[in-house]
Amino acid sequence: MAWECVIGLEVHVQLKTKSKIFSGASTTFGADANTQACGVDIGLPGVLPVMNREAVLMAARLGIAIGGTINELSVFARKNYFYPDLPKGYQISQFEIPVVEGGQLEIQTAKGPRTIRITRAHLEEDAGKSLHEDFHGLTGIDLNRAGTPLLEVVSEPDLRSPEEAVAYLKKLHTLVRTLKICDGNMQEGSFRCDANVSVRPKGEAQLGTRAELKNINSFRFVERAIYFEIDRQIAVIEDGGSVVQETRLYDPDKDLTRSMRGKEEAHDYRYFPDPDLPPLVITKKELDAIRSAMPELPDAKLTRLASSYELSDGDATLLAADSDLANFFEEAVRAANGESRLIANWILGDLSSALNRESLSISESPVSPEMLGQLINRIKDNTISGKIAKQVFGDLWQGKGQVDDIIQDQGLTQITDSDAISKAVDDVITAFPSQVNQVRAGEEKVIGFLVGQVMKATSGKANPQAVNNLIKSKLSS
Amino acid sequence: MPISENDVTRVARLARLRITEAEIPQYQAGLDGILDLVTQLHESVTDDIEPMAHPQDISLRLRKDQVTEDDERDLFQECAPAVESGLYLVPRVIE
Repeated sequence: MAWECVIGLEVHVQLKTKSKIFSGASTTFGADANTQACGVDIGLPGVLPVMNREAVLMAARLGIAIGGTINELSVFARKNYFYPDLPKGYQISQFEIPVVEGGQLEIQTAKGPRTIRITRAHLEEDAGKSLHEDFHGLTGIDLNRAGTPLLEVVSEPDLRSPEEAVAYLKKLHTLVRTLKICDGNMQEGSFRCDANVSVRPKGEAQLGTRAELKNINSFRFVERAIYFEIDRQIAVIEDGGSVVQETRLYDPDKDLTRSMRGKEEAHDYRYFPDPDLPPLVITKKELDAIRSAMPELPDAKLTRLASSYELSDGDATLLAADSDLANFFEEAVRAANGESRLIANWILGDLSSALNRESLSISESPVSPEMLGQLINRIKDNTISGKIAKQVFGDLWQGKGQVDDIIQDQGLTQITDSDAISKAVDDVITAFPSQVNQVRAGEEKVIGFLVGQVMKATSGKANPQAVNNLIKSKLSS
Repeated sequence: MPISENDVTRVARLARLRITEAEIPQYQAGLDGILDLVTQLHESVTDDIEPMAHPQDISLRLRKDQVTEDDERDLFQECAPAVESGLYLVPRVIE
């Protein structure tokens, strides 16, 4: 029998605020355990939550970007369950009236573009972390993460393959980073997802029973977890069994999903409006202000980059996926007055690998867009060769000054004196008679060796093309 | 619909309340009384009334996104039964 899988995703987007959603404690990742958990976060009696304005604005930005409705009035509710990393015994979330309702994202699939509907996006607080390593048979609780603002983005069950699920996630990931509402760091859990997965015979309209795969934090694991889960469910049904509605955990080491036992009551959350928090109101005026400050969205950026610059499809896609990278590119192109393809090569090549090597983001790059533009200018006007440019780039990276100063101080200017180049070529012809004979005998590729020797003799400062031509003409006469 | 013994046990379990067999009828009656009140409320005509989410007609006050809290871990952990390496220790929870 042919089967079809149906997937809906719930993505937890950690909002990039300085302080927590309901308290003034810091949200910085990686601090000593419990040093960023204040009275509100640890649920001391008598404390009251006060909402962070920035988290509201960020939620509204996402709502606008996905074409959803931003509710003028939304309500915070208590989601009740007991777990040691949730000190109040309830999570403050939104239930009946979330801040954002509706919306959509368009993804590219093997069969062309598809629109994935978004049900809602609601604001909530994160829980703390339980550390199950051995503390004499006890569990350690770190509440630094408790109260970190999350925007949970819930999709309709519109996705039909693990690949589509990944395409949707990547699209959302690019969007939240472009909107500057999330750092997108999946290893640190800033962007994590639950996947609701079910299968049904192809053509069947009714949905099958779903399993919920919890807390997957990489694109690769999402794909593998869903693949495993689809196969598992099909096997259960084909063996005459039926799929049980349950929560399952993906184990990346064993590449399988496992049932989380004893959670049968976990879904009875007894939501009710939180009496500590009156309704959240976003006025039309506030919304207009947010709307007018929206950055260019990834789809529009891609279209514009592809049409305004000479770029390969691949390069345009890579640049559009990271708005900081795209800004850097455009500034460098302005500084160099063109040369977009060459600049894209430098950014996606040498610059990106240098950034990766030192784990820096593009905004922390020691080489500025102006410096890169200037470097390109000096290649263009033949002051330096492409090879020397890499050396200058290395010096720029190490903060050794501006492009022209580096070229001047280190005497890197390309040799334009034809006598000097001619002499270097003559020296090499004399020094390597057997290679010269090979070239004369028609072994063209040996010219490369001779050019290399001349470049070496001139410390890379000769123009390789000019050297090549000169050797050819000297040897053919 | 009247509250059953099972409802009482289930709600108690969800709220992590330990109640004895003998106490069940008392809670049953109490909860039934509350539901009766809700039934009475149901009788009022609310067709043109917008549901309210909060008893007071106010909206949420928002604060600036800035860090205002200092680290008070030592003070907070004074009343914790067990701590180690800055962590609160609790009976083992297994997923």
